[in-house]
Amino acid sequence: MTEKVTWPAIRAALLIQRWYRQYVARLEMRRRCTWNIFQSIEYAGEQDQIKLYNFFGFLMDHFTPASSERNLICHIFRKNEICRDIDWERYFCYRSIEVPDSYTGPHLTFPMTFCGVSKLVEAFKHKQNGLPSSDKPYVFNGDYVDRGKNSLEILLILFGFLLVYPNDVHLNRGNHEDHIVNLRYGFTKEVLGKYRVHGKKILKLLQKIFSWLPLATVIDQKVLIVHGGISDTTDLDTIGRVDRHKYVSALKAPKHHAVNGSTTQTMNRNREANLPEEGRRRVYSMNHCSSASAYRYNLQHRSLHSQSISSHLNCSVEEELKMRRRMAGFDQSYRKLSQSDSDSDPESGETTETDEHQWKQIVDMLWSDPMAQNGCVPNEVRGGGCYWGPDVTEEVLGRHNLQLLIRSHECKQEGYEFCHNRRVLTIFSASNYYEVGSNRGAYIRMGSDLVPHFIQYQASRTCMELTLRQSVGWTERSALRALREQLFVHKSDLISAFQEFDPHNTGKISLRNWASATEKVLNLGLPWRVLRPQLVNRTQYGMVDYQQWIRELSITEPKLEVSDNSILETMYKNHSNLETIFRIIDTDHSGLISFEEFHQTWKLLSTHLKMEISDKAIADLAQSIDFNKDGSIDINEFMEAFRLVDLSAHS
Amino acid sequence: MVSDVHKKIKAAFEAFDYETNNTVDVREIGTIIYSLGCFPSQTDLHDFIAEVEEDHTGYIHLDKFLPAMAKILLEHKYPPIPEDILLQAFEVLDKEKKGYLEPEELANYMTQEGELFTQEEMDEMLTALADHEKDLIYYKDILSQLTIDPEL
Repeated sequence: MTEKVTWPAIRAALLIQRWYRQYVARLEMRRRCTWNIFQSIEYAGEQDQIKLYNFFGFLMDHFTPASSERNLICHIFRKNEICRDIDWERYFCYRSIEVPDSYTGPHLTFPMTFCGVSKLVEAFKHKQNGLPSSDKPYVFNGDYVDRGKNSLEILLILFGFLLVYPNDVHLNRGNHEDHIVNLRYGFTKEVLGKYRVHGKKILKLLQKIFSWLPLATVIDQKVLIVHGGISDTTDLDTIGRVDRHKYVSALKAPKHHAVNGSTTQTMNRNREANLPEEGRRRVYSMNHCSSASAYRYNLQHRSLHSQSISSHLNCSVEEELKMRRRMAGFDQSYRKLSQSDSDSDPESGETTETDEHQWKQIVDMLWSDPMAQNGCVPNEVRGGGCYWGPDVTEEVLGRHNLQLLIRSHECKQEGYEFCHNRRVLTIFSASNYYEVGSNRGAYIRMGSDLVPHFIQYQASRTCMELTLRQSVGWTERSALRALREQLFVHKSDLISAFQEFDPHNTGKISLRNWASATEKVLNLGLPWRVLRPQLVNRTQYGMVDYQQWIRELSITEPKLEVSDNSILETMYKNHSNLETIFRIIDTDHSGLISFEEFHQTWKLLSTHLKMEISDKAIADLAQSIDFNKDGSIDINEFMEAFRLVDLSAHS
Repeated sequence: MVSDVHKKIKAAFEAFDYETNNTVDVREIGTIIYSLGCFPSQTDLHDFIAEVEEDHTGYIHLDKFLPAMAKILLEHKYPPIPEDILLQAFEVLDKEKKGYLEPEELANYMTQEGELFTQEEMDEMLTALADHEKDLIYYKDILSQLTIDPEL
């Protein structure tokens, strides 16, 4: 115990307050940086996906019908087998599925009843937080799948309630209700893994269901709810009239239908299409519903500073990030690609201006993000949709006489966030989205006064007890791991970039050059100077020994012996792309591909990346994997063998 | 020496310069200053802002910020609070010399004396500092645990 001091309490309080506020500000800075890392990597992945898909589209248009590459992937552009509704119903009828006697789960009967769905929910052991009913209508705003391991179960619960309360449960379509996106993000894999016999059938049925999900919901003609957002061309009348089920994937430009299928058949089919179960009312692509009785629920928005610096920080650092990303720029946006194609392809024929216009509206609704500046620009970070500004919000809401736009699509730290003068509200319900403790989830309760009330939560019991510092630290470590992985997979390019700043081959470069080179290679739009202390441990007189730094990233490579190291690096860099292509090629969803297909995949990838990959390198790679007896490669095994492991995670 | 300081300040400033026109929103200034390792009080911050703000536009330009901030850093105007002084501060509040503070005790001081905490700030502080099992603030342990990051 120190000497007795006789300060007045106020002096002590002032010291402690000052100290604590500084501490919190520093933590908040770190938390923001961590957030940015996760988000950047996530969006870069999305953009990658779209680039890949555009590449396929490009191939389809520019390769001769006989070319093998085209054959490999043409089935993802081919219309679903044309069959009449009766055949379709019979094919998908649940009664035709044999259920073994050993099955002990719930048996559902149709028409679905509340008891049935409750049984289902109980079976999934979910905590019930007020189930949907006619007194408690729900709007779910998309992206039900592709995250976590229970996407299918979530869909089942949602569909169950939709069947019981079709007028009170509304499921908006999100950009992940899209089979092309599902190939990359894990839903396809989940379904095939859980249903080895019927998985393929389920996926096909879901494709159709997704295409019929409404694109938007309007409450009391005043509140518009869409998954992504709007653009300057958004017109709700158009959306209300569009045949939305034509757009099986939002990434698919309408003209591709014409290229492969017979157009007359396609059009006939649209006219005859009827939802099997519906007879109660015509389902427009827009849902109109009314609010339930008023409900009051008071919640304070968390903020760390009396000056509300942190709540402002939330908005503004994200704006910074968006701007940086826009600056990071990209060679081709999907827009440019599809525009150039529609000029060059003589076969397209059926592309009407209306189709293109409709398609753009749909993509905008599912993929767009708000920005702080006025205007409307293509969203090149995601690769789809646009960034729209407060002026567009005012114009679109004004034109339709609406007062609020509720959307999702972007993870928010507090589970929700207003922007555009509180005319746009982002709601995000998955807590711990990036990592345990990374963010809270939230949902909105809205009464007839149309004032949104928020309920926030964080899923795991353990993370409730984490202190601010612990949760920041945990998430941060995870983000840095992800970032180090990205750095590792780009190491050749990084070294080349560093060497450009080191003409005399000293092996060292300045920190500023380190930051520029890293951004140039990774193109993630991150504030590298701020992140530097977390990534570069050792500097001398402000200089980095870059070779040593790369070595010290401590990411291990698998023990497989491969003669050509460059193919390994390509492998890591394009992990997701590779897996996506594999799954596309695996047409019967067996999880296995032949050596020939493996070879073709790499050739495709090398064309897409515009780089040389030798046949020998591919053969070596294949040989390093154990073949199944029939000479095929198990996709899961292959991807697992090349997953990167962060050594520092074990220290 | 001076150029190093300038570089540091510019780096921190740039992180909030969204339109790349060498201005930042005045509300970010506190975070920038804190992140440079300084410990100003709220009053200090208000005074600083008054000095460098561009005529109530809500923006601060690098041209004014840089020299003012450099002066602060070179003069060590808002130095970190030494750990032993902080400890003494806690001990002053711990009138009964228990070696810990009860949440209510600390909350009363923080929300009623000095540059008052809001309820939210107080809740955050208690979650961060209180021992979870005993719900007490063992301030001596906390001080050694909560190390501040080294310079940016």
